[in-house]
Amino acid sequence: MTVPPAPPGGDGAGPPTPAAAPARWTELRRFTAARVALGRVGNGLPTAAHLDFQEAHARARDAVHSGLDHAALEADLAPLGLPLARVASQAPDRRAYLLRPDLGRRLREADRARLPAAPGAFLFVVADGLCATGVQAQGPAVIAAALPLLRGLGVEVAPIIIADQARVALGDDIGGAMGAAIVAMLIGERPGLTALDSLGLYLTYAPRRGRTDAERNCISNIRPGGLSPGQAAEKLAWLTNAAMQLGETGVALKDEQPTAFLLPPA
Amino acid sequence: MAFVQAVGGTRYVFPDLRTLLARATPLRSGDVLAGVAAETALERVAAQRALAELPLRHFLAEAVVPYEADEVTRLIQDRHDAAAFAPVAHLTVGGLRDWLLGDAATSEALAALAPGLTPEMAAAVSKICRLQDLVAIAAKCRVTTRFRNTIGLPGRLSIRLQPNDPVDDPRGVAAAILDGLLLGAGDAVIGVNPATDNIDNTIRLLELLDAVRDRYAIPTQSCVLAHVTTSLLAIERGAPVDLVFQSIGGTEGVNRSFGVSLALLREAREGALSLRRGSIGDNVMYFETGQGSALSAEAHHGCDQQTIEARAYAVAREFQPLLVNSVVGFIGPEYLFDGKQITRAGLEDHFCGKLLGLPMGVDVCYTNHAEADQDDMDALLTLLGVAGVTYIMGVPGADDVMLAYQSTSFHDGLYLRAALGKRPAPEFEAWMERMGIEAASGAGELPGRMAPALVGLS
Repeated sequence: MTVPPAPPGGDGAGPPTPAAAPARWTELRRFTAARVALGRVGNGLPTAAHLDFQEAHARARDAVHSGLDHAALEADLAPLGLPLARVASQAPDRRAYLLRPDLGRRLREADRARLPAAPGAFLFVVADGLCATGVQAQGPAVIAAALPLLRGLGVEVAPIIIADQARVALGDDIGGAMGAAIVAMLIGERPGLTALDSLGLYLTYAPRRGRTDAERNCISNIRPGGLSPGQAAEKLAWLTNAAMQLGETGVALKDEQPTAFLLPPA
Repeated sequence: MAFVQAVGGTRYVFPDLRTLLARATPLRSGDVLAGVAAETALERVAAQRALAELPLRHFLAEAVVPYEADEVTRLIQDRHDAAAFAPVAHLTVGGLRDWLLGDAATSEALAALAPGLTPEMAAAVSKICRLQDLVAIAAKCRVTTRFRNTIGLPGRLSIRLQPNDPVDDPRGVAAAILDGLLLGAGDAVIGVNPATDNIDNTIRLLELLDAVRDRYAIPTQSCVLAHVTTSLLAIERGAPVDLVFQSIGGTEGVNRSFGVSLALLREAREGALSLRRGSIGDNVMYFETGQGSALSAEAHHGCDQQTIEARAYAVAREFQPLLVNSVVGFIGPEYLFDGKQITRAGLEDHFCGKLLGLPMGVDVCYTNHAEADQDDMDALLTLLGVAGVTYIMGVPGADDVMLAYQSTSFHDGLYLRAALGKRPAPEFEAWMERMGIEAASGAGELPGRMAPALVGLS
């Protein structure tokens, strides 16, 4: 989309009024999933819009306490032909997870020794994060789309690790323990009112405990209506290639991939 | 230096200033997480009593983060204005609270005092204030900034229009902008958080925002809230950058975790100034902050999160920003557990920012994993309005569909202005009248001058 050129002969006090029939406010809804054109009662929300919001908040609150369905996830990942291993962070339950992010970033010691070594490999970690719905639904599809692209780059892919009660940085701890060259952390993003099913992907070169957010690249909003698994995989492959050439991820790796594909067709 | 306080027959010892400040802080989950919170309610009061008796001069002698190790501490100490400090130099922290509440602390006196206060002094006094003190004192502070309009005048409340889109779709962004303009938002800035921090995408969004602003002839400024290095690249490539945005924190380490330093921020400000895009002023920076970011980056140096947050305001004021806001409830329940903690933190952040001379707004917000809801936001919003908050956010229906959290809606802005008799920035208010926006609001038809087709929505 481009904004059309200004019509000639403006009066300097704002653009001239088009002769066409007045536009309806509700037409704005065609262009966005955001809560536009809600109407107005005084300065408040009309009752229906208010209760729509309350319902969405109730759904999101419940989703925070959802966990990964391991049997279903492992069944969805099995066709990829990669070994699977399951680990957990040091957070013992959901309340501890919410209040102690430091525990969610650290691998449970009992799991450390059980991790397969994968020196120099590309590692996928699939993790629940703040809401497991999105990673459950889209994680396997993202990996499936990314595998041929990564192999095309000559990258060896490590066993897939599934992690519970995980924060983003847990991927660095796992990647460090396995000796991976790069880790892609696929993790459920915190649920919003409109998107309960959003998956985030965080890429760290030379992962190890103690890496900061500035040393990662992020692809967010992987979900229906956002980035598709295929688009996320293409971006992941582009970033991986750039990270291997640069020898790092994070703010030094500027995402300069052409982005036309991000936009729906005009 | 150790501080000793006896309360109820128990003797409490606080080994240094940072510990005293931390133990005196009203309860919040982030300080418990950091292991710096008071163990009992009585220990907290003991620390508050000891803090109240501490001379303000002590803050110039003892740093909470070592001078040698931290460029933010060096900035705070090197920039301290002893002449501005003189009127309160004889006071204790408790004495400062009394002075701030008293008649001597006029708007003019508070503005003159700002460069004489360090962030730690502001944080300290806030810890012994109730909410009504935080409101009453902040309401006396006046901070005015300018770019294409005037932000922060008495009786005004500005709104950042936040038209985020999950995939940076220009049509989605434009539709949310139009919705917000029609509901009186956008005088603080029209500011988009990009879904992906990508240079081409950032430039595309910058061009879109500039075209919309130009087409409707809006006296406001735009911003794409990309990383400062992306904005610098956009400036190099000739993109229309009004304000340069950056998230900042209160220690060198947290800023490093954000990928910035004071030198980089200085470079960014010079880049934005070189474009000379402000028509009536040259406040070109926009900063966001929030309690808990330093601990999240493991760069808090054993300090409580509110003291570190106040130190971020010293970073901000070095660069004469147009806008600064705490994103108070965004970070999550591990730092601010529930509505009560978010409310107090929002008022503390606004108070400290204003006291230190910043054009302070607040993103009144919460995430879905915090124990908070719309009722909590209504209460904080109203309190901040009474406190004279410079601006709030405006998000369609309070639901940010990209960042997945709830902020304030365009309707919330209308409510607050109406409830408190506040108006938009004067230039923007006159523009709304010219465009027929106020007369049209509530009806289903859009004023002709605001036709969606003018910005490509047809």
